Amino acid sequence: MLRLKSVHTYYGKIHALKGVSLHVNRGEIVTLIGANGAGKTTLLRTVSGLTPAARGNVDYNGQNITRMQAEEIVRCGISHVPEGRKLFATLSVRDNLEMGAFVRRDRGEVRGDLREFRRKFPILSERWHQMAGTLSGGEQQIVAITRALMARPELLILDEPSMGLSPVLVKEIFKIIRRLREEGTTILLIEQNARAALHAADRGYVLETGRIILQGTSQMLLEHNEVKRAYLGKGYREVWEE
Amino acid sequence: MRIWESEYECMSRDELAQVQFERLQSTLNRVYRNVAFYRKQFNAINFEPGDMNDLSELEALPFTQSQDISDAYPYDLFAVPLREVVRVHSSSGATAKPIVVGYTRQDLRSWSQLVARVLTAGGVTADDVIQVTLNYGLLTGGLGIHYGAERIGASVLPTSVGRTDRQVKIMQDYRTTALVATPSYALVIADRMEKMGINPRTLSLKFALLAGEPWTEAMRKDMEERLYVKATDNYGLSEIMGPGVSGECLCQAGMHLNEDHFIAEVVDPATGERLEPGKVGELIITTITKEAFPLVRYRTGDRCSLDYSPCACGRTLARMGRVLGRTDEVLIIKGVNIVPSRVGDILEEVQGKRPAYQLLVEREKNLDKLTVLVEVSEDLFFDKMREQRALVDTLRKEVADGIGITPRMLLVEPGTIRREEETTPGVLDRRRFASQPYPDGGSCALGDPSYPASGLEGPQRKR
Repeated sequence: MLRLKSVHTYYGKIHALKGVSLHVNRGEIVTLIGANGAGKTTLLRTVSGLTPAARGNVDYNGQNITRMQAEEIVRCGISHVPEGRKLFATLSVRDNLEMGAFVRRDRGEVRGDLREFRRKFPILSERWHQMAGTLSGGEQQIVAITRALMARPELLILDEPSMGLSPVLVKEIFKIIRRLREEGTTILLIEQNARAALHAADRGYVLETGRIILQGTSQMLLEHNEVKRAYLGKGYREVWEE
Repeated sequence: MRIWESEYECMSRDELAQVQFERLQSTLNRVYRNVAFYRKQFNAINFEPGDMNDLSELEALPFTQSQDISDAYPYDLFAVPLREVVRVHSSSGATAKPIVVGYTRQDLRSWSQLVARVLTAGGVTADDVIQVTLNYGLLTGGLGIHYGAERIGASVLPTSVGRTDRQVKIMQDYRTTALVATPSYALVIADRMEKMGINPRTLSLKFALLAGEPWTEAMRKDMEERLYVKATDNYGLSEIMGPGVSGECLCQAGMHLNEDHFIAEVVDPATGERLEPGKVGELIITTITKEAFPLVRYRTGDRCSLDYSPCACGRTLARMGRVLGRTDEVLIIKGVNIVPSRVGDILEEVQGKRPAYQLLVEREKNLDKLTVLVEVSEDLFFDKMREQRALVDTLRKEVADGIGITPRMLLVEPGTIRREEETTPGVLDRRRFASQPYPDGGSCALGDPSYPASGLEGPQRKR
């Protein structure tokens, strides 16, 4: 579905991605793990067109999207939930969600989707007319994900969805991620919390200073000594793992 | 027909190319970072793994030769620290220093999976009782097959090599359904059964998976008729991993190469140029998932061709034709790779100067026999019987230590071995199929040396 081949991207003057190749198959959850500054966020921004690649290829369903504008990429079916949510703080939850559907013309169905999401995430109804900026972190994250889903993406890109959330909420967010996949959404995910990400994902890639040095099934990476040592923190389990 | 990992073995060629490219690139990133040899090689041609845009650009990278592995003895080509290595295998005979290969825990997991694939392709299932008559030890054959067979859930009989009577008895009493052997040993077993008056029809045997040695379609037919089995071909070499590199399915139409773990190329051995699919040339393999001992463009020295057309079994992996021979002078005797000049080196070490010598390889009753003829000086030849005897013993022992099999030593009169017109050191291969050896990985030395350990086979006149 999504294929990157030897992608080089500069973030400002920094050569952030130095030839990254990866793929995401339909229906998969794929995660990228790596230290801060390894290039994870840049990679997501390259896919969604926010920081286009300088060299290499990004293909989506056989179409070359390397040089496309971000909004064209959304029309192709890729939605990006950025790090730190980036909601419109002074707009209501409802308005934020409607913004998410900006590429769609089918107003009737958009209304239907809004109803559906309110049913699925009751918290949205509770806060429906509240300004997004006044919501808690977890609530904001749910709004941000729902906003991205309003574009009816096939591929959802999530940048640190659990950032700043309490363990209970982190668990909740990962539940939502798994449910989305069961409903047919493909997910590319990065997470500070590599262990949580690998538990949710099917496969993972390990990014180190702009290069991929290892890839494999989540199971393989969870058992891999190098990954354990560098990214998982040996020897303790987190609450949301149960 | 069963397929062990259809998500990979039946992957579309297009998806496979992406997977290969990703794995190749991360392998190159790792070797560039962790292996001094490759860093030097890549720097020399100004190559950056991130600059690669297509699989075809692999062609631009230099080859790795078996000499490079020997030079790195023991651990210099390892790409991980030794504490990550959980298994070491080693083979000797072809190079001055043994080839040493390591495996991480993950490497062993993939190895078992790949062997499980080739065993499944050859008919083995969880219901089978599989008798592994390959060498369990430093060579990769025995343990390699063993873990894959366990992975499938078959009942494994690790009988290892030799003691044919016992092998036959076990086969009969334990109701073995699948036999793993070198082709010649499978025939030795068939011979022994005849001698013991055992009718193979009364056995439970269904499949024979053969590896490690040269064999032919005629031998396949012979074996299938005499043992009542379906016989399939397998290929592996310890430098690359061991058994599990490629294996035939029950269509018996070439060995499916596990391309999601190994990238294969066929090149003209003289020019190093890549050849079109179907053309016979030297097989070059790049490992793309191995962690402890990755190799980039390794020259296997084996001559074969690759077939990318779809197979009736449903696998999309390319098929390797029978190995047709070596590109170098390597002899495969009883599953062990031997470079003839290595024998000369050993003789020179013992005697102080390089004598004229010749290697004679024969096959008697399906067993390979190696004889080394060495010229000695006239006075020694005619007068000094005791010295002769001591010399034969020393030479035999030294050569056996150096190449891994015990040869028969034959001292001959000066001038007996012709020097002119002969390519250095003379080799006479009198086996039925000259020069179509397999590499020694997944191979098997047949345990019993089959030559007397002592006793003078000394001076003889040779015409």
